[in-house]
Amino acid sequence: MNTWIKRIFFILVIAFLYVPILVLAVYSFTDASNIGEALRFSGHNYVTLFTTEDLTGMIIGTVILALVSAAIATILGTAGAIGAFYSRRRIAASMDAMNRIPVVNADVVTGFSLCILLVVVFGASKDSFFPLVAGHVTLCAPFVYLSVLPKLKQMDPSIYEAALDLGATPAAALFRIVIPQIVSGIVSGFALAITLSLDDYFIATYTKPATFDTISTYVVNATKGAQTNIKTALWALSTVIFAIVVIIVIAANIRSARQARTFSDTYRERAGI
Amino acid sequence: MKFSRKALGIPYYIFLLVFVAAPLAVIIVYAFTNGQGHFTAVNFIGFFTDPNTLGTLCYSLAIAIVTTVVCLLIAYPTAYILANSNIKAKAVILMIIIMPMWINFSLRVTALKEVLSVLEGNLAFYPFFNTVLGMTYDFLPFMILPIYNTLSKLDGSLLEAAADLGAGKASSFIKITLPLSLPGIVSGVTMVFLPSMTNYVILDMLYNSTYIMGSLIGSYFSANNWHAGSMIALILLLIIGLFSLFTGSLTDDAAESKGGALL
Repeated sequence: MNTWIKRIFFILVIAFLYVPILVLAVYSFTDASNIGEALRFSGHNYVTLFTTEDLTGMIIGTVILALVSAAIATILGTAGAIGAFYSRRRIAASMDAMNRIPVVNADVVTGFSLCILLVVVFGASKDSFFPLVAGHVTLCAPFVYLSVLPKLKQMDPSIYEAALDLGATPAAALFRIVIPQIVSGIVSGFALAITLSLDDYFIATYTKPATFDTISTYVVNATKGAQTNIKTALWALSTVIFAIVVIIVIAANIRSARQARTFSDTYRERAGI
Repeated sequence: MKFSRKALGIPYYIFLLVFVAAPLAVIIVYAFTNGQGHFTAVNFIGFFTDPNTLGTLCYSLAIAIVTTVVCLLIAYPTAYILANSNIKAKAVILMIIIMPMWINFSLRVTALKEVLSVLEGNLAFYPFFNTVLGMTYDFLPFMILPIYNTLSKLDGSLLEAAADLGAGKASSFIKITLPLSLPGIVSGVTMVFLPSMTNYVILDMLYNSTYIMGSLIGSYFSANNWHAGSMIALILLLIIGLFSLFTGSLTDDAAESKGGALL
């Protein structure tokens, strides 16, 4: 393939992914109520975003829900992965199999089936937030499990045994030997859980209290309602989230670049180069 | 009680039984019972004899197949170009491709909708096209990433050997690169196909009023018709099950690549 064709194709793909977000970002700083209108700078969308109780409430609610469900999912999933790793084959295999279901299943089906079990069969009240949190933990915990398990497999088992031989209790050996070795899996599992919970629409729709909204459910309802000042305030929200993502990505890249450097430095020192 | 590492798995095991296995069992029971709790096949027969629901099934399949093919046609060259380029900043470019996915999908679809409304005037004129475009916009990185992963791990010496043995560029691509990247294609297809059969919000937001399978569950849910809704959920489960059976061991890394796509 010609280099120029390759480049143009690649740029078109990136443009396809970014143009809508960037157009919205530009218009979020204007007083326009539709894309395509004349550009006149205005910060009113950001004022609306941060002062309308409805909007701030649902943003804070979404973040709290993500933090709480990700924390529960991380504890459950990590403990589950450790348990499965040291269990007999058959038990581990059945856990793996059940763990796969929410991963491959459509979120609509997961949300709907949880709603039937918890709300219709057992009569749990959606207003208690229990079905919603349970739903989000069900969505997230399998991914924590999947990101912790490979780290356990990479671990050197003799270190744990050495700790026991040197007199550590199994619990102490777990917290001081095993956990530190799998911590990177736990952290990425937690981060993954947060992003999954923040992005979810379907499980929330089927399990949330009627008066509570997450960002997704709010945005979907707002696009139907078409209240102009709310609609354009959501452009500002999209831009704020985009800015946060960019900052996190740059920070993570700088950190990992620094880590890579120190790693290669230690490597050089050891090798005596 | 003595501390045991195995015992750590018990809470999650119980959790999976209660929140994963039990809901599926309930779906099966509800799909084949009526409001009085008696066995009935009405929902099952109803689905396969009603032209409306059958039409919905066909429309979802059409949307899902076209979206998957479009994603594949865009994603494969993108992944291929990136994997074979000699630029150093591959990780950065990969990050640029993944980054939009961290913005809430409803906001991304809103962005697409606003831009499309300007370009098309009225979104209602091109419902099928807009839906495929919206789903491609939303799911494309899920297709690019697994394909890129398999392509970047490809052993270059195989291609050199092929060239030494006289294979042209085209034939070494068809006989070596393509078969070896099949696992990536399969995980990408899995991650695009099923959501495009069920993510009815993208249709709703782009003013496509035709139903797909997911919208049926949504409308039965709004009507409190748990039994008919369960039947749709069960049919979707069967489709998902068939799909995993069909793709077999090749999808083993589907979950990992979904995780990889998001992190």
